[in-house]
Amino acid sequence: MNVVVCVKQIPDPAAPPALDPGTKNLVRDGKLILDDSDAYGVEMALQLVDAAGGGEVTLVSMAPNGEVSGLRTALAMGAAKAILISDPALAGTDALGTAKVLAAAIKRAEPDLILAATESSDGYTGTTPVQIAELLGLPSVTFAKKVEVVGSSVKVERQTEAGYDEVECPLPAVVTVTAGVVEPRYPSFKGIMAAKSKPVDNLTIADLGLDAGQVGVAGSRQEITEVAPAEARAAGEIVVDEGEGHLRVIEFLEQLKVI
Amino acid sequence: MTIAKIWVVAEVVDGAPTTTSLELISQARTLADTVEAVVWGDGATAAGTLGEYGATTVHDVGDLGGALPGSPVAASIAAAVAAGTGPDAVLLPATYDGRDVAGRLSVKLDRPVLTNVIDLTESDGGLASQHAIFGGAEILTTRFTAEGPGIFVIRAKSFAAEPSGGAPAAVAAAPAPDTGASNAARIVARHVEERTGPKLDEAAVVVSGGRGLGEKENYVLIEQLAGLLHGAAGASRAIVDAGWVPYSHQVGQTGKTVKPTVYMACGISGATQHMVGMKNSKNILAINKDQDAPIFQVADLGIVGDVHKVIPKLIEALQARS
Repeated sequence: MNVVVCVKQIPDPAAPPALDPGTKNLVRDGKLILDDSDAYGVEMALQLVDAAGGGEVTLVSMAPNGEVSGLRTALAMGAAKAILISDPALAGTDALGTAKVLAAAIKRAEPDLILAATESSDGYTGTTPVQIAELLGLPSVTFAKKVEVVGSSVKVERQTEAGYDEVECPLPAVVTVTAGVVEPRYPSFKGIMAAKSKPVDNLTIADLGLDAGQVGVAGSRQEITEVAPAEARAAGEIVVDEGEGHLRVIEFLEQLKVI
Repeated sequence: MTIAKIWVVAEVVDGAPTTTSLELISQARTLADTVEAVVWGDGATAAGTLGEYGATTVHDVGDLGGALPGSPVAASIAAAVAAGTGPDAVLLPATYDGRDVAGRLSVKLDRPVLTNVIDLTESDGGLASQHAIFGGAEILTTRFTAEGPGIFVIRAKSFAAEPSGGAPAAVAAAPAPDTGASNAARIVARHVEERTGPKLDEAAVVVSGGRGLGEKENYVLIEQLAGLLHGAAGASRAIVDAGWVPYSHQVGQTGKTVKPTVYMACGISGATQHMVGMKNSKNILAINKDQDAPIFQVADLGIVGDVHKVIPKLIEALQARS
C-alpha cells in the first residue's frame, strides 16, 4: 500500500502574515514550516501503511524557493521520501495551477491512496485536493474524520452539516482529512536523524512536462485589485475579573435586552 | 445589466433550500438579468421557493444514486457550458459539497475558482469578489481575468435572503454525463447528530467554548449558560478536534458562520480559523484568562478572568433571576 500525502510548507503562523505590496501575494520568502494541518494526513498515511503490512509514504510538495525544512519534519515522522517541485515560474500560482503541478508529480508515484488536509492554514482555499482528483480522473472523499482501508476500497466517515456519512470508495482515491482524524506523533530523535538522509527528489515544472503559462501569476488568470483593512470593530471595554466580572456580563446582556 | 446569466448551485434539505442557497440567489438577482438554480436529489421539489427568491429555472441533475454531488453536479454544469447554454458565473455555497462541486468544475472548465467570498459586486462589466484574509483583518478584492464562467464559492451570511415574489421556477432535467471512476464514491449510511435548542447558525445568542475550559466535562457549563440565555452552544475547532463535542457545534472557517445578537466566547483565544466564523456577530463578549488573546481585539466586552470562576457565577446569577 503506497500513499502519497500532499503537504504544504507555510510561513510560521506565529509570525504576523504579510502581503507583497507589488504582487499582493502572501510573502513566502522566509523559513517555511510544515503546515500543522498536514501532520494529520502524514500520521494517517503512516498508520494505513502499517496496517496494510507494507508499502511506503511519499510526500509531494510545491514551494517557490526549494525549501525543505517542512518536508524534513514529515520525513522525521516516518515518511520514506519526498517529491518537491520548485521553480521560479511557480510564484503566484493559484489553487488550480497548484493542483496541475501536484497531480503531475503524483502520477509519477502511482499511489494507491492520496491524502491531503481539507485546506491549508495560510491560504485556506480548500479546493486543491478535489482539483487533483479531477485532473487524475479519481474519486474523492473530503472532510474525513475516520479513514480505514479494506481490501481495495477506502471506508470514510465524512463530516456533513447534520452529522456524518459513511462513504465507501474504490482505490485509488483522494481523501482529505480533518484535524480530528488521528493524533500526529512527534518525530523521535532517531527519526529526525534518519530524515536528514531520506531522498528528496527536486523537480522543475519542465521535468513534469508542464508549461510555464499554466502556472504562476499568468496561469492564475485572476488579479487582486485592492487590499484594504476591514472595518475595524470599535475598541471594546476590558474588565479584569476580581470576583465581580460576571455582574458586568449580566449588565451587558440587560442592555442588549437579551435577558 | 451587463451580466446576462448566473447559476446558483442550491442545496436542498428535506425539500427546503438552505438559507445560504437563498442568500446567493438573492444577491445574484441584483447582478444578472437571469438567475437559475442547479439542484440534485429531490431538489426540484423546492422549485416553488427557489422561484420565490428569483430563480426562473431549476436545472435538475436528478437522483445521484448515493454518489457524492461533486463529480456529477460539476459534470452537468460543464456539459451546459460546452453546449453554449451555460451561465456567465456559477455561485456555490462554501459547504462540503459546494466546495467539491467547485473544485471539479474548475478543472472541467479549466477556470480558476475563487473561494471564501464574502461579497460580490459588478465591476467593469464583470464580477469582483471580496475575501477576508488574516482572520478578517483585511479585505481583498479580486477579479477574474479569464473568460467566463467565473466560479465563486461564497461564505454563509454574506448576503440577506430576500424573496422577490417570483413564480415557481420551471424545472429542466439536466442529468450528468457519465464521469466514470471520478464518481465512484458512494454514501452507504447517513448519521444525524441530534442537538437540542435553537440552531447554531440561526440563534440570537451563541455561547461557545474552547480549550480554556480545560477538559471535556466542563463543556456542560457552556450548555447550561446557552440554555439559560435561550441560545445555542458552539465550540472552537480545537475542542471539536479533541473530540469533546460533535462537529455540528463548530464555529469558524470549516464550521458554521454565525451572526447572532450576542456571541459569547468562553476560553477561546481567537485563532484566525475561529474569527472568520463569528467576527460579524452584532455584539461579542469574551471571557479568557489571557489578556493578550486575539479574541479581545474584536470583543465589545472582554472579561479577563478564569472561565471556571466567571461562568459558574454567571449561571448562578441567571438562575436566580428566572
